[in-house]
Amino acid sequence: MAKNYDLSVELCGVGLDNPVVPASGTFGFGTEHNNFYDINILGSISIKGTTREARFGNSTPRIAECRAGMINSVGLQNPGVDAVISEELPHLRSIFRKPIIANISGFSVDEYAECCAKIDREEQVAIIEVNVSCPNVHNGGMSFGTQPAMAAEVTRAVKAVTSKPVFIKLSPNVTDIVAIAKACEEAGADGICLINTMLGMRIDTRRRRPVIANKMGGFSGPAIFPVALRMVYQVAGACRIPVMGCGGVESAADVIEMMMAGATAVQVGAANLKDPYACKRIIENLPHEMERLGIDRLRNIIGAAL
Amino acid sequence: MYKKGIYEIKANEPLTADVHRMILEGDTQWIDRPGQFVNIELDGFYLRRPISICDYDDRTITLIYKVVGSGTEVMSRMTAGAKLDLLTGLGNGFDPAVECRRPLLVGGGVGVPPLYRLAKELSARGREVTVALGFNTAAEIFYEDEFRTLGAKVFVSTADGSKGTKGFVTDAIRENAVEFDYFYACGPMPMLRALCECCEQNGELSFEERMGCGFGACMGCSCKTHAGNKRICKDGPVMKREEIIW
Repeated sequence: MAKNYDLSVELCGVGLDNPVVPASGTFGFGTEHNNFYDINILGSISIKGTTREARFGNSTPRIAECRAGMINSVGLQNPGVDAVISEELPHLRSIFRKPIIANISGFSVDEYAECCAKIDREEQVAIIEVNVSCPNVHNGGMSFGTQPAMAAEVTRAVKAVTSKPVFIKLSPNVTDIVAIAKACEEAGADGICLINTMLGMRIDTRRRRPVIANKMGGFSGPAIFPVALRMVYQVAGACRIPVMGCGGVESAADVIEMMMAGATAVQVGAANLKDPYACKRIIENLPHEMERLGIDRLRNIIGAAL
Repeated sequence: MYKKGIYEIKANEPLTADVHRMILEGDTQWIDRPGQFVNIELDGFYLRRPISICDYDDRTITLIYKVVGSGTEVMSRMTAGAKLDLLTGLGNGFDPAVECRRPLLVGGGVGVPPLYRLAKELSARGREVTVALGFNTAAEIFYEDEFRTLGAKVFVSTADGSKGTKGFVTDAIRENAVEFDYFYACGPMPMLRALCECCEQNGELSFEERMGCGFGACMGCSCKTHAGNKRICKDGPVMKREEIIW
């Protein structure tokens, strides 16, 4: 290709060489995929969801295959924020030179804030992504992300303890995604990331029992792409803050479609597990796809379909 | 170290009614220990299929797999010349360099295949290898002669008594008063547990779990051990006896 295609985008003042970001939970802290290719080609990395305390997560089996995707119920296994800061991030820094996205989870508003305040001191963390799909232990286990008021409360608590841009990662398992996104925006969120996995399940018909020990889990993979795209389009149309699109992205064409729906950056999740080279392949194919569609600067197409 | 590559099927034939042997040709440089596995992409299935390596050389990989679902059913119908996308070099594998004189290799059903390469390497190191293989019935037995050809002493058990010792593989070990100073095992969980209950020797055991990626990224196959949380796919599938929490 003789022409120079510009893949760069800007997310709340953070410049990314390209919009492709592995989604939290599908890329660990980068080590495993760095064994397949130099991960410095990525736009950024959203690290494994981090909680205040170390968590083992749910019982196994945690994985079920589906026709066009998979279900997981890992249950936020992670070493806890202190070990992430003292062990995982220094190692990630040694293999990845670019700004990263820290993904934070909590089971109470205080836990989100405490986790965020700690990770805020990490220089390589450019953006904090707040997973509000966790159950609120102080509210009967209702997920923070299912009610505008609760999502807004988490947003305010987190914004109060960090000066870094905060993206709220929304759950699609809601009636009105726009109302929740707007509540986060009004509470001070700098951006929205969507969608997290969709609640699903499979049954082992020989055993007559759910495949997954926890019965239900998060469904991801190409089957959810149209749902994710629709929600990105709705939220990007209703909010002024930038959107990171996520859900079923498997190709450069999917990235461009997600951007036209309003995404400034695009996360790749389950595809990293099926094809360890998924992000590399997508980044390498983007210029070809841009040539085919007559796009010089990728950032010019953000929200083109709105 | 693990890598992705394209492999050509050279042969794919049944060994019993539902156990098949597939020989693949391609790059094998990332495989460095017996008991490692490959993760196979199959058309029409989202997740890859993890299958243990039975044997390998400079250009070929031998897999022995049981048809247990639609994925392995598709594999069983593939013919020579077809190409498959594999991740190789996955898992820690058995440690054939452990100091011992008379290792016992214990396999149950499709837990038997990875022990074949292990037996080969242990024999090459001059160890006196005994193999105990457990199956449900005589018609399901495979590789008994192949182990003998390697020079191993082989004992077989069948649950229905149609061949060898009637009962479990642990019954065969007891009945034949097998003497050993270390063990390696691969098979169903109840077999692994029964083995550890009936002997005091040190050893290592290979475990199974439903996997997402197979290379340590997704935390789908984690388990708790006395040595901390481990990923069956990356930190396992082989674990030392003393690490296991039953």
